[in-house]
Amino acid sequence: MTPRIFAYIAHKGGVADDSAAELLAAAKKIDAGASPAALVTGWGAELDSVCEILRGSYAEVWKVASESLAYPNAELVRKALVKVLPPGCIVLVPHNHFGIDLAPGLSIKLNAAFVSDVMGIDGIDGASLKVVRQEFGGQMSTHVRCDISTGAVVNVRPGAFKAVDGVPAGGAVVDKSSDVGALTAGRRYLEIIAAEAGDVDITKEPVLVSIGRGIQEKDNVAIAQELADAMGAAVSCSRPVVDAKWLPKSRQVGSSGQTVRPKIYLACGMSGSFQHLAGLKGNPFIVAINKNPKAPIFQVADVGIVADILEFLPELTTKIREMKKVSV
Amino acid sequence: MSATILSPAQATYWFVQGQALFLVIHVLGLLCFAYIVTKRLTPLLKAERDNRFDRPLIRLGRLLQFWFGQWKHPRYRTAGIIHILLFTGFIVLAIHTFTLLGLGTAGGSITASTSGVGHVYGLITNYAATVVFLCMTFAATRRLVFKPARYAVPVRYGKAHTADAIFLLALIAILMFAESVFEASKTALLAQQSHAVETLAAFSLPWVLNRAIVAASPLTIWNLYLISYLLQALTFYFLLCYRPFGIQFHVETSLFGVYFAKLDRGTVKPVRWGVSDEQLDQVKSFGVKKFEDFTWKHMLDFYSCADCGRCSDQCPANAVGRPLSPRFISIKARDYSFQHYPMFGTSGNGQPLIGGIYSEDEIWSCTTCGACEEECPLLIEYIDKMVDLRRGMVDDGNVPKSLQKPLKALESRGNPYGKMEKKRAEWAKEKEFQSTCAVKVLDSESSANTLFFVDSITSYDDRMQSIARATARVLTNAGENFGILGSAEKDSGHEVRRFGEEMLFMALREQNVQAIKESGVTRIVTADPHAYNALKHDYKDVPPVEHISQVIARGVKSGRLKLNPVANGDNVYAYHDPCYLGRHNQIFDDPRYVLDAIPGLKRVEMSRCRNRSFCCGGGGLMLFYEPQEEQRMGVKRVQMAAETGANVIVTACPFCMVNVEDAIKVSGMEGKMTAIDLTELVDQHLVRENPPAEDLGNLPSHANA
Amino acid sequence: MEILVCARRVPDTSENEIQLNSSGNDIEYDDLVYSINEPDNYAVEEALQIVAKSGGNVTVATVGTDEDEEILRREMAMGANHGVLLSDDAFGGSDGKGIATILKGLVQKRKYDLILTGVQAEDGGAQVGGMLAAMLDYPFASLVNSVEVLEGKKLKVGREIEGGNKEMSEVDLPCVLSIQTGINEPRYVGMRGIRQVASLEIPTYGASDLGVDASSVGEAAARVKREDYFVPALGKGAEMLEGSSDEIIDKLVELMKAKGGLQ
Repeated sequence: MTPRIFAYIAHKGGVADDSAAELLAAAKKIDAGASPAALVTGWGAELDSVCEILRGSYAEVWKVASESLAYPNAELVRKALVKVLPPGCIVLVPHNHFGIDLAPGLSIKLNAAFVSDVMGIDGIDGASLKVVRQEFGGQMSTHVRCDISTGAVVNVRPGAFKAVDGVPAGGAVVDKSSDVGALTAGRRYLEIIAAEAGDVDITKEPVLVSIGRGIQEKDNVAIAQELADAMGAAVSCSRPVVDAKWLPKSRQVGSSGQTVRPKIYLACGMSGSFQHLAGLKGNPFIVAINKNPKAPIFQVADVGIVADILEFLPELTTKIREMKKVSV
Repeated sequence: MSATILSPAQATYWFVQGQALFLVIHVLGLLCFAYIVTKRLTPLLKAERDNRFDRPLIRLGRLLQFWFGQWKHPRYRTAGIIHILLFTGFIVLAIHTFTLLGLGTAGGSITASTSGVGHVYGLITNYAATVVFLCMTFAATRRLVFKPARYAVPVRYGKAHTADAIFLLALIAILMFAESVFEASKTALLAQQSHAVETLAAFSLPWVLNRAIVAASPLTIWNLYLISYLLQALTFYFLLCYRPFGIQFHVETSLFGVYFAKLDRGTVKPVRWGVSDEQLDQVKSFGVKKFEDFTWKHMLDFYSCADCGRCSDQCPANAVGRPLSPRFISIKARDYSFQHYPMFGTSGNGQPLIGGIYSEDEIWSCTTCGACEEECPLLIEYIDKMVDLRRGMVDDGNVPKSLQKPLKALESRGNPYGKMEKKRAEWAKEKEFQSTCAVKVLDSESSANTLFFVDSITSYDDRMQSIARATARVLTNAGENFGILGSAEKDSGHEVRRFGEEMLFMALREQNVQAIKESGVTRIVTADPHAYNALKHDYKDVPPVEHISQVIARGVKSGRLKLNPVANGDNVYAYHDPCYLGRHNQIFDDPRYVLDAIPGLKRVEMSRCRNRSFCCGGGGLMLFYEPQEEQRMGVKRVQMAAETGANVIVTACPFCMVNVEDAIKVSGMEGKMTAIDLTELVDQHLVRENPPAEDLGNLPSHANA
Repeated sequence: MEILVCARRVPDTSENEIQLNSSGNDIEYDDLVYSINEPDNYAVEEALQIVAKSGGNVTVATVGTDEDEEILRREMAMGANHGVLLSDDAFGGSDGKGIATILKGLVQKRKYDLILTGVQAEDGGAQVGGMLAAMLDYPFASLVNSVEVLEGKKLKVGREIEGGNKEMSEVDLPCVLSIQTGINEPRYVGMRGIRQVASLEIPTYGASDLGVDASSVGEAAARVKREDYFVPALGKGAEMLEGSSDEIIDKLVELMKAKGGLQ
């Protein structure tokens, strides 16, 4: 008998996060016949609105309302969930800044197993859940067996499970707020400091020339900027470029940077780490240019070119400029 | 009957007898000077030791050449000539000045000297004083009107030094003038007693002054005689005591500075003189962190800086707007020592230099090209100071982020790229190459008498690997029995040492020396001047090392290597002297000989060539450092080549190649300028016994450039 | 302040190519270069900066074998006061919870005001810190990119969240934080520093020293087990453009125009 599956749903402004559908898909991979319950914490009208939305896809929506949970402080959320969750269940959480914060501690308090950053699920085999993970920055994949006899908390990689078209579930909202009581924790939320707005808002750009470690040095960033100028595009980048201080944080695409939805995305000298790709949404046309033919980005891109970006980009720039001269 | 007059000693100055007055002046002046010099010596006594007392004969020879012979001065012609005249004037005047001073206390009267050595000498001194005086006026005019750029003081270093310079020039001029007035009035007084006897050199300053005053009353002349004497004595002692407070201290210190100057080019001083490599673990602190960590010779260097600005004028980092100006490394340190070791009061010391008078970027900006040292007429050393300052920063963990990664890679993988050891010899396995040129990896099964030391960039960089292949082919054609160390070779560590990571350098050196010894080779050849310099000067107990250009030159001379006519007769080639081949190791002619041996090759010389070559930007770890600069050094160098009408730059160093090719791209000169390594060019033009199906396709196609 | 940093020795992914070994059942370990997990290094630097301001000591601990001692020495060369190796045959094969259990033994043996870990290691687990905190009932914060010591045994902590934003919280001491890269600029550790600590004493504690029940750690107790390594069969992937660079550029420009990317 497979354990009960719960999906922790994040939300903002009364709208459920995209992960809601992904976790549902992941739950179906664990057990095709399961009817997982959505688990939502929060407060007030926003929480109610989210629960209403989730009813459309989840058979049950467990609502946990508490004023102290108005801001999702993982330390408080954990205490609430421990009071609400039945023993031996499986809890799915997105593997993001919140899931990393919540899940490991939650697994200890529930005395359940914990598996992080799962990108594939093979299913249940006896008392084990078999999943697929990656190690070494994505260079190697691994099959992992997790003992779920006392339950499990599973962090699910965002974007790894595509939402499935399902029958509208018409689920019921179950209010579990009263089980929670007063919540305190040794960590208290203060505020959010917004990232400095840069000169360019890459989230609004339809075409992005994006650079990674392959750009090699600060002076070469100009090569990408010239191409962007010729194309009427903007320059974005991955984390290593920001860590090296060659571009400001506002240009970073990724799970800890911006989420972008361009029509065309040129990934130049980027390996294609999942943290970076997590920031790329909306099914853009991805062109990957990289010296290494084995770079993982080529798996994700639509079109691939094996070339040295330091040589290729200037050539491309020249061609586009010529083209524009002719057409004008 | 010869005329006599009273000497100043015998005269009366305002109720005081001259002799007493001048005795007091002498004693006070000398005591003052002695006190000042003692105070100036104080920090030197606290300084680190320095090994400068060896090879006295060589040092004396250099003293003659550089100090007495003013050897480096003519490199800047106008200033050089002025200084040579000035210096010669001072030397000539030396005896005269002392005898003149002695007149103040000596007993006897003065007589005219009309013949003999003394008279001739006197005439010469007249001209000498004139020349010095004219030099002073010319120098002052030059400072005020023509304002040579190298004297300017950038805003960040404070106010201009012009006022002080003019003050000193004026003082010397006054001294010359006072002496001349004295001579003029002395002659005039003697002439009054007997018939006029010419004792002054015609048209010299004293002569002119004499003509001007000869008509004045005897009392006026007598007063001029006394006053000018007093003035010259006071001026002399004022100058003597003032000199140690500024750049003029070089007058005294230069003798010692030049004698004790560094004899061994290309080397870097040990972390501590007198502490062997094995004992280094016990040293508490590496490098220079505070002023007292400098050696006494380096402190002497700070005193000796004449603020001429020649070093900074030649410094490539300064030229591209990096925050480094060698002149101010010296001036700032000198000012620091003046401030912290004052004439009166206790010295406040022990403050860190980095973050104080020096910034980190200032010290990391240096490519160790040696242009500053090559230029300095006082033989002041800079590279050792930079290395010591870097050692201090490394010791404190203060290493720029951009350098930490390659240093870590050097530690774990023996090369700054972090690439795997087993791939170090992959360049030799390139398919087309391997079929035509077999390269032995020296191990328990293979041996050879010559080692081709490839070093990291030539081994791992896609572009530079063609230099390795070209070198291997050239060596094969020259009939050399050679091999490579392969994965046993580690980075030579040349820049690791010069960037202050001495212990990592020693670890790399130890591994290389071990591998070299085990290979049993008796000779080393390399195409990398940095590796060449390291193996020659930083490594001990290794076989003698040559640069490939020397091997090629010898091969061409002996006829072993024959060269075809130049592939493209329209190309104009400019040879760029790599710093570590040219300036540091004096190998200028062999590469040129080789180029000129290619029939029909048109070669031009850049104005900054040979030991005035302009650094390409630096090698080794410098390729990883991200400097603050307005322009790349390579771009300036490429422009210099273009100015001579060249369209091909020939280098003999893989780092020069990286920087030059990069600069060609960055400055948009692709299509107008190409770069090729000397070995690649030779390889292209070699007459081969069995011409192989070459990978000429992999070499840059300069035939069509 | 007594700070404990939990560190791990890992194959350096940026300087290694990770490949399957010839039998296909594990990765190839020959030729791998190991170093301290990068986020852990940032954690040690952060700890050093905190004690430089507030006084105290920094201890670096790792669960492993003698081979792992080198990272402790390296961090001591960087400035950490103590290194501790937690080693026991019983510890082998522990999963994240097992590691956290072992570390809990150390924490309960000595008092620490602050415990730091790196955000994650090469296996992407990102769990030990959170688990340890829950076991000790200490507050926890992950992905920390700023730490400020406040009066009254509290910290002001910044966390890295989406969009480059920063979530600020106040956390009571003692607590556990997992540190994200980029929080500071770790100082350079030179060869010389490493040589100087080469002969320093690094104590080793086993299960009994730490009061850890051997049956709660190690392979047998692990609930999450890795069964193999594999390289997934490459899917269709990108359409690779071939030909001369001119041909490629022409094709690319055509494609981009078709997708509306070039005005």
